[in-house]
Amino acid sequence: MDFLTAFFNSLPGAVGQGLIWGIMAIGVYITYRILDIADLTVDGSLVTGGAVAALGISLGWNPWLAMLAAVLAGMLAGLVTGIFHTACGIPAILAGILTQLALYSINLRIMAIGDAAKTKATLAVSVDKYDLLVSARYIRDIALNNPLLLMTVFSAAVIALLYWFFGTEMGASLRATGSNPNMARAQGINTDRNKVIGLVVSNGMVAMAGGLLAQYQGSATIDMGRGAIVIGLAAVIIGEVLLGKVFQNFALKLLSAVIGAIIYYVVITLVLRLGLESTDLKLLTALVVALFLTVPYWKGKYFRSQVKASAIGAGAHGKAEIGGDEDA
Amino acid sequence: MLEIKNVWKTFNAGTVNEKVALRDVSLTLKDGDFVTVIGGNGAGKSTLMNTVAGVYPVDRGTIIIDGVDVTRLPEHKRAPYIGRVFQDPMMGTAATMQIEENLALAARRGQGRGLKPGITKVERELYRTLLASLGLGLEDRMTSKVGLLSGGQRQALTLLMATLKKPKLLLLDEHTAALDPKTAAKVLETTEDIVQRDKLTTLMITHNMRDAIAHGNRLIMMYEGRIAIDVSGEEKKSLTVEGLLEMFSKVSGSDEADDKLLLS
Repeated sequence: MDFLTAFFNSLPGAVGQGLIWGIMAIGVYITYRILDIADLTVDGSLVTGGAVAALGISLGWNPWLAMLAAVLAGMLAGLVTGIFHTACGIPAILAGILTQLALYSINLRIMAIGDAAKTKATLAVSVDKYDLLVSARYIRDIALNNPLLLMTVFSAAVIALLYWFFGTEMGASLRATGSNPNMARAQGINTDRNKVIGLVVSNGMVAMAGGLLAQYQGSATIDMGRGAIVIGLAAVIIGEVLLGKVFQNFALKLLSAVIGAIIYYVVITLVLRLGLESTDLKLLTALVVALFLTVPYWKGKYFRSQVKASAIGAGAHGKAEIGGDEDA
Repeated sequence: MLEIKNVWKTFNAGTVNEKVALRDVSLTLKDGDFVTVIGGNGAGKSTLMNTVAGVYPVDRGTIIIDGVDVTRLPEHKRAPYIGRVFQDPMMGTAATMQIEENLALAARRGQGRGLKPGITKVERELYRTLLASLGLGLEDRMTSKVGLLSGGQRQALTLLMATLKKPKLLLLDEHTAALDPKTAAKVLETTEDIVQRDKLTTLMITHNMRDAIAHGNRLIMMYEGRIAIDVSGEEKKSLTVEGLLEMFSKVSGSDEADDKLLLS
């Protein structure tokens, strides 16, 4: 009984974490699912978002302005990765790793701005001293300043904005770039430019999540982004596995990434209650992602051979419905 | 409409795998020409088409489309002039996107893509009519993902996309090769209809000599990176497979055995 009580008590916190990481997962969805790029920049840009937001707030800025600055900083990081990848011809994974590594140094510097020290690994923004948008302190309060409220609004706004954007001409060309770059170029789409745009938008989202996270937990820390890409992937994949069949609409697909992130944190909370150390979580997360990536691959291998055989063999009037391994 | 002047292309230059794919190729297509291209594997047919489309740069030479020198333009900047259908049915469409979304992407070929809606109501009606004209029932499945279509359906859709916005030049790279004979014939028939209707300047590679003879007003055969045979007008009309094989053995200086190359 005590176990259950303690678990339920920690549920609001789990949902709060999940909502923030859900925004991050949406960023990962843009690169990983839409552009077909695994972008490792996010481990760094999440921290950059947190550092810039914490810095702005500690300098006395309006927290909304600090968030805007955080998003812009994240977008800049995405731009750098995009340029590394397209203009410099560096493979996407490596381009992301390079930016992420560079951001480690930069983030330490950002957090030390206005401070006597040259670098700083933690920048505290206590809810006692500053006016924060969200704080974990009020997570169980039934009041307007409960962070769950604002974070739900944030998530909804982000999903609505992206739903609109990916329905525009530019958004559609981004989806085509990820779906089939050969076709995209044949239709006059500048695939390099689109990849850069996608990386910029994605890292903007990730930095937004970082900015919220720093406020929520009361500090930005240099290692808050470690393994962020894997958590983002876990959220995307959990959402797809559980809701992929029901959620076909694009907005719902984004929502399923958020729900995936919430489920992820609820499960994490549960296993922590069961006695796992928090340092064991990275291992657990890695295993979960590896498992969830393996299953569709094996399934895909089995289905793909069938699709090939029948897709080429079928007459134009023949088999109307063939396989479903390509459905997004 | 299309001028290819003294184009050279070598792959893997300076290595043991060096392969001269195009040797000083020149070819001029007049407005409305429908040229079929045949030749064995490695003769340079696809390379010729890809250099026109801008998939990779040429080593030497010039490519002019409708008076514009496109030799140095990247692939996406040549797209405004060119409609393309590929050999691989998977290549010409975005599998994870809907049929109507694919068409809407093609309708904007060569235009800037901003923040206007990716597809409009008026467009949908137009696409419904165009899809119905294919006779494949796709007009009732406009929001289906293209990945669910058969190879033949995808090629027909790609053909529609390539010609939705009238191109200066239509490039067909063995676009029926991966289809079964019945579907291939249907797609080829649709091709002929569209090319005639819009009087498109067309370059069509085919592996089938009969098709090459039956379609178009001019036929070229490539051999070892050169245009070895170039037949047009009345001579093209009276051409037979046997006649073509004979011409080829004269050009290549070999006998029947090599003729298999042509049919491969």
